[in-house]
Amino acid sequence: MLKISDLHKSYAIGDSSLHVLKGIDLSVEEGEMVAIMGSSGSGKSTLLNIIGMLDIADSGEYILDGLPIDNLTEKKAAVYRNKFLGFIFQSFNLINYKNALENVALPLYYQGLKRKKRQELGMFHLGKVGLADWAEHLPKELSGGQKQRVAIARALAANPKLLLADEPTGALDTKTSYEIMEFIQQLNDEGKTILMVTHEEDIANMCKRIVRLRDGVIMEDKKVNQVRASQYV
Amino acid sequence: MLRFLFDRDTWQEVFDSFSKNKLRSILTMVGVWWGVLLLIGLLGSARGLENSFNRLFGDFATNSVFVWGQNTSKPFKGFQEGKRVRLTLTDAKKVEDNVEGIEFVVPRNQRQANMVRKFLSGSFSVAGDLPLLDKVQKKKLKYGRFINEADIVNKRKVAVISDEIYKQLFEKNEKAINEYIQINGINFKVIGVFKTSNVSMGPRSDVHIPFDTFQQIFNQGDRIGWIMITGQPEYSIKQIEADAKLLLKNLNKIHPDDKRAFGSFNLGDEFAKVTGFLTGMQFLTWFVGIATLIAGVFAIGNILLITVKERTKEIGVRRALGATPYEIKRQIVVEAVFLTIVAGLFGIITGGWILIGLDAAFGQGDDATIVNASVSIAVVFIALLILVVLGTLIGLIPAFKATSIKPIEALREE
Repeated sequence: MLKISDLHKSYAIGDSSLHVLKGIDLSVEEGEMVAIMGSSGSGKSTLLNIIGMLDIADSGEYILDGLPIDNLTEKKAAVYRNKFLGFIFQSFNLINYKNALENVALPLYYQGLKRKKRQELGMFHLGKVGLADWAEHLPKELSGGQKQRVAIARALAANPKLLLADEPTGALDTKTSYEIMEFIQQLNDEGKTILMVTHEEDIANMCKRIVRLRDGVIMEDKKVNQVRASQYV
Repeated sequence: MLRFLFDRDTWQEVFDSFSKNKLRSILTMVGVWWGVLLLIGLLGSARGLENSFNRLFGDFATNSVFVWGQNTSKPFKGFQEGKRVRLTLTDAKKVEDNVEGIEFVVPRNQRQANMVRKFLSGSFSVAGDLPLLDKVQKKKLKYGRFINEADIVNKRKVAVISDEIYKQLFEKNEKAINEYIQINGINFKVIGVFKTSNVSMGPRSDVHIPFDTFQQIFNQGDRIGWIMITGQPEYSIKQIEADAKLLLKNLNKIHPDDKRAFGSFNLGDEFAKVTGFLTGMQFLTWFVGIATLIAGVFAIGNILLITVKERTKEIGVRRALGATPYEIKRQIVVEAVFLTIVAGLFGIITGGWILIGLDAAFGQGDDATIVNASVSIAVVFIALLILVVLGTLIGLIPAFKATSIKPIEALREE
């Protein structure tokens, strides 16, 4: 599904440069649910951004579903993101003047789907996260958990191969966090491959595999016994 | 692209971003609105002035010159300087036959005379004229007719009087046609009443009587007061004037360089001055209007730049969801063009109102200063086209700004 080898990335800070990723090797199989952990500055977000094609590595290889991701132009990256990837952000990143349905349907707009089809698919995915009744509501009228569920629906709308979540529960309380995790686990049960960055142990333990980063290298990569979020809800 | 323009979502996006920044968008549009308003208002007024000018001068053959005799300033062929120069019918005939490009030569005579009707009287200027005069200085007849050939041939004692005289010599609502008035004690039958023109070229005449009748009653002989020469449109009236004067000097034994022997008034020259002024005014209007438009469009670009800055994060999200840079740019350019066009249309509409207002205030009646103040559809389209072009160009600046930030940086923005 995803194969990364010897990935390097450094940022220029003034005259010096900060080496953030120092040779990452990682491969993820289809249907996996991986938590990327690490303290801040360990490079976990950078790694996720590179996987999400929001950022470009300095060197190394990245193959997504058999497709080598290199020589990315902005346009190519946009098309790949739209086709292959779904994003879930810590701060939801919903567009505040669009209602829930419009937010969910936005990736479909960029896929060039007809309006009617978009509405249909959008409603379907909103229904999946249990918010069909909230379709006409603006983000400000939704609770944090609801917002994240809308964001998940939006990430799912384009039917991506890989779901990328950057601290999806970072802005939520524990109870809501578990609810969201329950959703994500369900998606994984249905076969979606999920990669998530988190620094919360309990959230990480709800995944099937934990990759720990420190100072730009992988310290530990282990499978875990998945803790089902449903038992806390 | 066309599909994009007709897509409901495109306009939904434009509307959303507009309603999100209502006050700012409106303030922005004020600039463009004002520019278009100025352009339409000024161009319309300039056109109105031109129309009123054309209406005033429309009755005159503007390609014409008046020539009259004065006193010589140089001795020539045995004649001393200071010789009185008087034009004759022969001179007029020779000018007509020999000068190139002439359309008409109209000999004219005029005198002050006492006019009496019943108990009313006054002193007015009486002109002896040929029917030809009506061709070069159209008389607006309220009643009756102008002098015709038969009047000339029969030396009829008939008169065409101005409505001013009518007012002074006749009672209100009294019929003037076929009534008699006395000119220097001789009875003349009134055959026509004309409307006094606002503009008079050359001396003003209150009463026109047949040329030959004038010659007879004033003992004028062959002498004439002045001639009015009109040129064919393709000839320069300045050249005709020079040619005619030279010929006249030759005929009357006057030194060719004598500048004072003949006086003249070149209507073509005067007319060109005024039309030149009007052209200059139109140019100024375009200049001011378009400069204001540009300033207005720049204001729109400026606001969009700020809006783009504020929407950096949103643009980042859109790009994470798969919007290509082209799609982002396209949207911003459409917003810019939309704002300019809406503002422009408001400008055109309100500009139209201003012209309507001007017409109501100054455009009524015969001596209106602004006649039919208006702009042509072509001008409106040109203005709109300029707006679209400028809007697109200015929209490109924020559009490129929006996509110059990497999506990852855009997402980090709070």
